[in-house]
Amino acid sequence: MISNEDNIKEHFARENHKIDTAVIRFVGDSGDGMQLTGTQFSDTAALFGNDVATFPNYPAEIRAPQGSLYGVSGFQVQFGSVEVSTPGDELDLLVAMNPAGLKTNLFAVKAGGTIIVDTDAFNKKNLEKAKYETNPLEDDSLNNYRVIKADISGLTRESLKDLGLDNKSILRSKNMFTLGMVYFMYNRSLEHSESFLNKKFKSKPLIAEANIKAIRTGFYYAETLELMSSTYIVEPAKMEAGTYRVVMGNDATAWGFIAAAQKAGLDLFLGSYPITPATDILHELVKHRHFGIKTFQAEDEIAGITSAIGASFAGSLAITTTSGPGLALKGEAIGLAMIAELPLVIVDVQRGGPSTGLPTKTEQSDLLQAMYGRNGESPVIVIAASTPANCFDFAFEASKLALEHMTPVILLTDGFIANGSAPWKIVSINDLPEIKTKLVPNGTTHYDAYVRDEDRLARSWAIPGTPGLEHRIGGLEKDKVTGCVNQGPENHEYMCNIRAEKVRRVADFIPNIEAEYAQEGDLLVVGWGGTFGNIHAAVKEMADAGYKIGHAQFNYINPLPKNTAELFSRYKKVVVCELNLGQLVKMFRSEFSDIEFSQYNKVQGLPFTKSELTQHFKGLI
Amino acid sequence: MESNVKYTFKDFASDQEVRWCPGCDDYVVLRAMQKALPEMGVKKEDVVFVSGIGCSSRFPYYMDAYGFHGIHGRAPGIATGVKLANPNLSVWIMTGDGDAMAIGGNHFIHLLRRNIDLNIVLFNNEIYGLTKGQFSPTSLLGQKTKSSPYGNTQPPFNAGELAIGARSRFYARVPGNEPKTMTDIFIQAERFKGTSLIEILQNCVIFNDGCFTQYTDKEVKSDMQLFLEHGKPMIFGKESNKGIVLKGLKLEVVTLGENGITENDLLIHDAKEDDSTLHQMLIRLKYPLVMGIVRSVEEMAFGERERELTEKIKLKSNFTSVDDLFFSGETYEVK
Repeated sequence: MISNEDNIKEHFARENHKIDTAVIRFVGDSGDGMQLTGTQFSDTAALFGNDVATFPNYPAEIRAPQGSLYGVSGFQVQFGSVEVSTPGDELDLLVAMNPAGLKTNLFAVKAGGTIIVDTDAFNKKNLEKAKYETNPLEDDSLNNYRVIKADISGLTRESLKDLGLDNKSILRSKNMFTLGMVYFMYNRSLEHSESFLNKKFKSKPLIAEANIKAIRTGFYYAETLELMSSTYIVEPAKMEAGTYRVVMGNDATAWGFIAAAQKAGLDLFLGSYPITPATDILHELVKHRHFGIKTFQAEDEIAGITSAIGASFAGSLAITTTSGPGLALKGEAIGLAMIAELPLVIVDVQRGGPSTGLPTKTEQSDLLQAMYGRNGESPVIVIAASTPANCFDFAFEASKLALEHMTPVILLTDGFIANGSAPWKIVSINDLPEIKTKLVPNGTTHYDAYVRDEDRLARSWAIPGTPGLEHRIGGLEKDKVTGCVNQGPENHEYMCNIRAEKVRRVADFIPNIEAEYAQEGDLLVVGWGGTFGNIHAAVKEMADAGYKIGHAQFNYINPLPKNTAELFSRYKKVVVCELNLGQLVKMFRSEFSDIEFSQYNKVQGLPFTKSELTQHFKGLI
Repeated sequence: MESNVKYTFKDFASDQEVRWCPGCDDYVVLRAMQKALPEMGVKKEDVVFVSGIGCSSRFPYYMDAYGFHGIHGRAPGIATGVKLANPNLSVWIMTGDGDAMAIGGNHFIHLLRRNIDLNIVLFNNEIYGLTKGQFSPTSLLGQKTKSSPYGNTQPPFNAGELAIGARSRFYARVPGNEPKTMTDIFIQAERFKGTSLIEILQNCVIFNDGCFTQYTDKEVKSDMQLFLEHGKPMIFGKESNKGIVLKGLKLEVVTLGENGITENDLLIHDAKEDDSTLHQMLIRLKYPLVMGIVRSVEEMAFGERERELTEKIKLKSNFTSVDDLFFSGETYEVK
């Protein structure tokens, strides 16, 4: 076991550079195991105490044709001894398992950065598939980089030849060989990955052995390799004291719901239909049947949400999870939950649209759909998570708002934070705020379904099984007191107004928006949801350099925090940055007509980079 | 869920004015249901009616029970959520031919496939009533409606055939003008542990009046209907002298006493036979039209499977609070 860092340092008489952060990207065919390799590296870094942020970027095809440019799957991780809020812009290290991976990712490598390639994969066939006319390993095209050419496939084959595995199984371990090399380069222990592999392949000990052997051989190979002249040390980061774990956004979302159900004393019900990139929330919740969680994989998106509405009517904390196309299908049912005034959380893990669009890529283009994508006057609460870890907080908050205000809540996340991972300081259930449901008190004998409380305008919740409170509700307009059908003109207008007012009043129960860095000055950078990390990194860099620049990231979108206009008024300019063509800014322009907004947009299925943001902001000041 | 209170039909009548057209069979169903519920032994507060959109879907408003009037075609999803959330409830889906088999067709077949323990009352009037007279998925070929003035060119579903194709475990057919039979079958449907489908041949007095008269008219019904009873020979006719025999792969009508045919030659109805071949043949018969419980084959209901699995998993887990989950596995301390 290679776990003693001092030993390692003593052994290798190499330059050992101390650095603050490093950015690594692993790329290969979609079947090459790059996601696993990247996850292993980032988990190991986090367990060592680094701050980490990850960005998986994979194609829509499960096993795209080998070697093809569009089939390249990548996983990027930034880890550091300082705060890390993004997966990073430029790569310190690119690991390319084939020519297609090199071709499509070379642009991101910083000048002088390192590239590790599997020379075995740079054969005539693969070079042709990647549309290389000459072998980049043999011409001058990589002169600006430090290229480590290793016959990874050949070495893996050689080291595992005695295990009695077939060639295909052996080659599957080449990602672990590569991981071993990268572990050496960054002075990392193999301990975590070895125990992970033993656990993952518990029932296939031979496969576990092969993978562990590959990872060790890769490590030793890097040690003896002349080309790897320098290695790097990234010390643990200074983070708030506490117990941590690494979470993916989708898992954190699922956990937020489990916590909310326990806090509210309700059963958790998920009605869902599989859709990328939201399905991992279903995968995570279905694992926790032991908590009594009910997950229902329905026949379609509509049955997913309608089953959740049924469960809500019957007294559960009900949620449904989807992405943009599914949100479109759920629109009519969201209107039903809204008019029935039942608690419901709809999670939209946004992806590139319109239509099927870019299923595996990130975007923020469902905001206006979430706000307005229903027939009739049907406002709902819209909130957005902004980091993988705070997906937990906002799933909890969405549940709390739905239950306390008796209304559907749309929670927006996106592919970037849903699949990204980061350290999460674990919250105990005891430290979470109370959730006070609107369930009618025991012993209630008379029930008017649409009588409201004064502060929230929320109705009370009588569920089937409660004697004496039998009542009927549904999608027809309701009488403002009894909830019986009432299509009278005054009643309808009253109900439309009060449902709108109910959502507006949520502003009394949410925190003010706060800016970080400059509290007033030249420029306020505004973002919402999953762009937090990149905007934060860009503004931080400029603020550190002396610019009078502030950053406000919106998590509450409908309603907006009460001090929104006041905040905007403190800056000379306000720029709204979104991964769409300008949706929040459109809402701002209609809401705050006396403030001038500029906008910065990107719709490439990719997150912002720090450098493109700083470049734009500098142009505004 | 078992009730000690003795209810009467009045206990289940809501204070809402019933707004169906005068003479509509829906009134018959309403009364039959109000009479059936007190006989089922369920508590009033445990009864939930769920509906979609259409004339029949107004049903929940007229029952003094819990009710949810949903959106078009989606009652199966809502009802599934209600039942999974609280398995103690007696859940009823009130739906029509368009609601169940057109806009809600996908939900309808998957509901039947899963066999969750609830009941579906399908008001089949072979027309769209609430939208004022367009053809439905059960309208006949050639039928003239507002959206097919020159005759319908879309062949119809046979509801029972579709349902059993979707692996329905309980299917009954009832004429819309026979409240006593209806009440009886509602009670049996509630007792059945699984999804029960009751198709009501419901006359729409306004847009499709008389669509079932050839079978349901008092004058002809004994000759045109075969009322199936489990374990009994298939006999029908005013004189009780007609019967059904199986000849090759076809059902055939025979007359008792002719060509030496006796009651012993007739098919005995077996509603509990798992193989649905004969049930399907009976459902497809045009003469006579079979009524009663065609199929009643119990199998563990979906909710039951879910519950059993949950109990099994709970026994294996030490987790009692989310904290057990959060602090388990790969955590690390930052000091």
